[in-house]
Amino acid sequence: MTEPTIFELSSTGRQGVRFPASDVPEVALPSAFSRKELPLPELAENETVRHFTRLSQKNYAIDLGFYPLGSCTMKYNPKINEAVSRLPGFALTHPLQPEDTVQGNLYLMYTLQEWLKEIGGFAGVSLQPAAGAHGELTGVLIIQKYHAHRGDTQRTRILIPDSAHGTNPATSAMSGFEVVPLPSDARGNVDLEALKGLCDERLAGLMLTNPNTLGLFDENVSEVIEIVHAAGGLVYGDGANLNALLGVLRPGDLGFDIMHLNLHKTFSTPHGGGGPGSGPVGVCQRLVDYLPDPVVAIIEPGTDEMPPLYGYAHPARSIGRVKSYNGHFGILVRAYTYIAMHGKNGLANIAEKAVLNANYLLAKLKDSYHLPYDRRCMHEFVVEGQWADAPGIRAIDIAKRLIDYNFHPPTNYFPLIVHEALMIEPTETESLETLDAFVDAMLKIAAEARENPQLLHEAPHNSPVGRCDEVRAAKQLILRAPKA
Amino acid sequence: MFTPHTPKDVEVMLNTIGIGKVEDLFAEIPEKYRFPELKLPPSLTEMEAAGELESIANANGSTKSLLSFLGAGAYDHYVPAAVDMLLQRGEFYTAYTPYQPEISQGTLQAIFEYQSLVCELTGMDVANASHYDGATAAAEAVILAYHHLKGKRTKFLISRAVNPQYREVVRTYTQGSHDIFIQGDDPETGLDASMEKLIAQIDSNTALVMVQYPDFFGRVIDYKPLIAAAHSAGALVAVAVNPTVLGVLTPPGEIGADIVFGEGQPLGIPLSFGGPYLGIFAVTNDLLRKISGRLVGETVDNAGRLAYVLTLTAREQHIRREKASSNICTNQGLMALASTIYLSLLGKQGFEAVSNLCYQKAHYAASQISSIQGYSQVFSDQPFFHEFVIRSPQPVDHLLDDLRAYDILGGYNLGQDYPELEGCLLIAVTEKISKEDIDLFHDALVEVTHD
Repeated sequence: MTEPTIFELSSTGRQGVRFPASDVPEVALPSAFSRKELPLPELAENETVRHFTRLSQKNYAIDLGFYPLGSCTMKYNPKINEAVSRLPGFALTHPLQPEDTVQGNLYLMYTLQEWLKEIGGFAGVSLQPAAGAHGELTGVLIIQKYHAHRGDTQRTRILIPDSAHGTNPATSAMSGFEVVPLPSDARGNVDLEALKGLCDERLAGLMLTNPNTLGLFDENVSEVIEIVHAAGGLVYGDGANLNALLGVLRPGDLGFDIMHLNLHKTFSTPHGGGGPGSGPVGVCQRLVDYLPDPVVAIIEPGTDEMPPLYGYAHPARSIGRVKSYNGHFGILVRAYTYIAMHGKNGLANIAEKAVLNANYLLAKLKDSYHLPYDRRCMHEFVVEGQWADAPGIRAIDIAKRLIDYNFHPPTNYFPLIVHEALMIEPTETESLETLDAFVDAMLKIAAEARENPQLLHEAPHNSPVGRCDEVRAAKQLILRAPKA
Repeated sequence: MFTPHTPKDVEVMLNTIGIGKVEDLFAEIPEKYRFPELKLPPSLTEMEAAGELESIANANGSTKSLLSFLGAGAYDHYVPAAVDMLLQRGEFYTAYTPYQPEISQGTLQAIFEYQSLVCELTGMDVANASHYDGATAAAEAVILAYHHLKGKRTKFLISRAVNPQYREVVRTYTQGSHDIFIQGDDPETGLDASMEKLIAQIDSNTALVMVQYPDFFGRVIDYKPLIAAAHSAGALVAVAVNPTVLGVLTPPGEIGADIVFGEGQPLGIPLSFGGPYLGIFAVTNDLLRKISGRLVGETVDNAGRLAYVLTLTAREQHIRREKASSNICTNQGLMALASTIYLSLLGKQGFEAVSNLCYQKAHYAASQISSIQGYSQVFSDQPFFHEFVIRSPQPVDHLLDDLRAYDILGGYNLGQDYPELEGCLLIAVTEKISKEDIDLFHDALVEVTHD
């Protein structure tokens, strides 16, 4: 059923929420600026609620089922996180309140900085970045400023493996760096010889995702980092895949200089249909002074009777502010709660079960789906969605057919170095029964691909809409509803 | 807790994989770093965590316990109950970016409606699906102008009356560029509402002129002369807007702005100590293909049914990689939804009422406070919306401290950003403030000043 737009549901004279009449003497609006018409929709409250409820029912979501979207870590979002983030003491605090009126918020931010330092093996953390890509921008600007401060201004190149997320090259280019692609070797690792060839005085840094987007832990990671460091470069870690390492390995221990963490992936905060995320950045000791301004610090140490006084500190060589105010504070509250509930001994269980689930699926699927890099995986793996004996079937057909079996499709056509890629990340929050049901569906689809390919080409069959005409959307470009 | 595995499940899975124990899965990780001892507290149950978070939250003073006149870019508006009830539907908040349109029509249609509402409010042609906040949207406006003019113009003029944090973020974003120079916000150019000194700096090397409406001091300024000057020099104009003003005052789109952006927090999003908020971003049709971030467009499915999809994705980083003009990926989807629900619930009449209430109450507050001996309104010859500047007879930090004894947050100390406004206070008033609250503020000011 097509749902009318909010404008089509409007009827002149209706109003959902009313406000009190003014209780102060009336003054005239400045006539030179007065607005002629305000074309907003007019609906009663119940019609508005029904409209958005009906829209919600057209979505697939983690709360409805399995969402094995590779590289996105679609784990369960605990409900307690939502409840505590809405406590009035958090939700009704203004970002510019005097520090002594927000000691709770500052304590929470300080503690979360400390915890993320400990979990990542870093010397400093900024909670300011709004999302993963924003964390990358922060990190790359730190690389730039670090070299500039040392007078190393000829370092203009950032190396990026061919398996990397698109945000890595986009971020580097946006910051004024030259992007140099780095090939992968036959086992999916960084090609060491190619890396050595590219490490010269122009090298500013390397952006490395580990485990990479093939779900593989780079077997030479220590050597890769040594080579870059020896050439005077810095190593940026894309923390998108940190779920595989939580409590198992601290990236800072390996020698990563900078890394962003995706609170909306690894630390269970919701994806919200596209955001908000949160992308804190951790750095090693030599980069602490370059973090975004400000960070939260203890301004006066506590005593036996008094807690410490928390406040803002300003890193000496800061790249500056990357966002208004204090980052996505409401998201930070959720991540704090998640870490507190796992504690020092519980985090490793997340990575263990995430990697266990992925390897179980891999073992069950690899006889039916071609695995381009036949290795044990970490938290995700990539298979090819094509078969020689099923001509015409592509990854997208498999992805869409999964919708008919009530599963969200895996990420497809990424990473770019695998043909017809299907990237599967089950996360730790899924049960054996769910994984088995997914395997059954994938195996049935593999059989259908040979026996009844049309079934796949026409999928999905039972969703609110079928396959959409994206070419038409881009050609006609209707980007807003007509006025009511 | 959140992992459903029984010991028997684990055994079955290990057997299938063909290994003896879970730790074997991590054999590739350098042994000396494997399974570090983490210095973290022991785990809490949900009940304990709820208690701990409650006590942390209680260590704050909030707008529930304090009478707040703080604005300066974030505003305490009433959020109708239905907004958050709908946001808490798992189908919305536990979904990912709508890359699979067949099972994401809810999110996609909501973004389409959001884009439409932003266009109607701002008077612009096209809006994207959001940026992170007002400040990062300002940086995106600069980057858009840079690319639109193909990097040939290097001067980017930003009014000194644009939110200082926005200006700071723009400088952070562009520090690596050798051909973006931010200027126009120096004390010499000043804060004069005529904008003459800023207009005088517009030349053939100017890519963008950025102003704010109402400006950081709440002033409503006629930007038509500035826009005319910028356009005749071939420069673009970006206007930072507080959406609340658009319930009663002329939208920037009607006076010729090329880019309208701003902080969408006032549209149904809680203060939440600064985030998550919402970066509104809208442009004219001429700039449509230069806009960064996600766009939702209308189309049909294979049965001819109306459907929505993400469109023009070839502009974005996951396709264009290093050739994309912005790296934005995750945006503020759920916050955009909040503002869509908020605007729909209030509708034409409700939103106009909120806008007007803010205006009326702020004007009452300004007249009451400036009537106190020693207090005067700065920029009083200029129309203002719901925020205004008061010069205090005593140092602002002392004044704010004294007001705290009355549980009042008196406003924002402008001296910290503007040396020329040392001794001045920026006061914001929303529809949540009653006449009684304003009178209380007035009386408290009289008392602390008397001392």
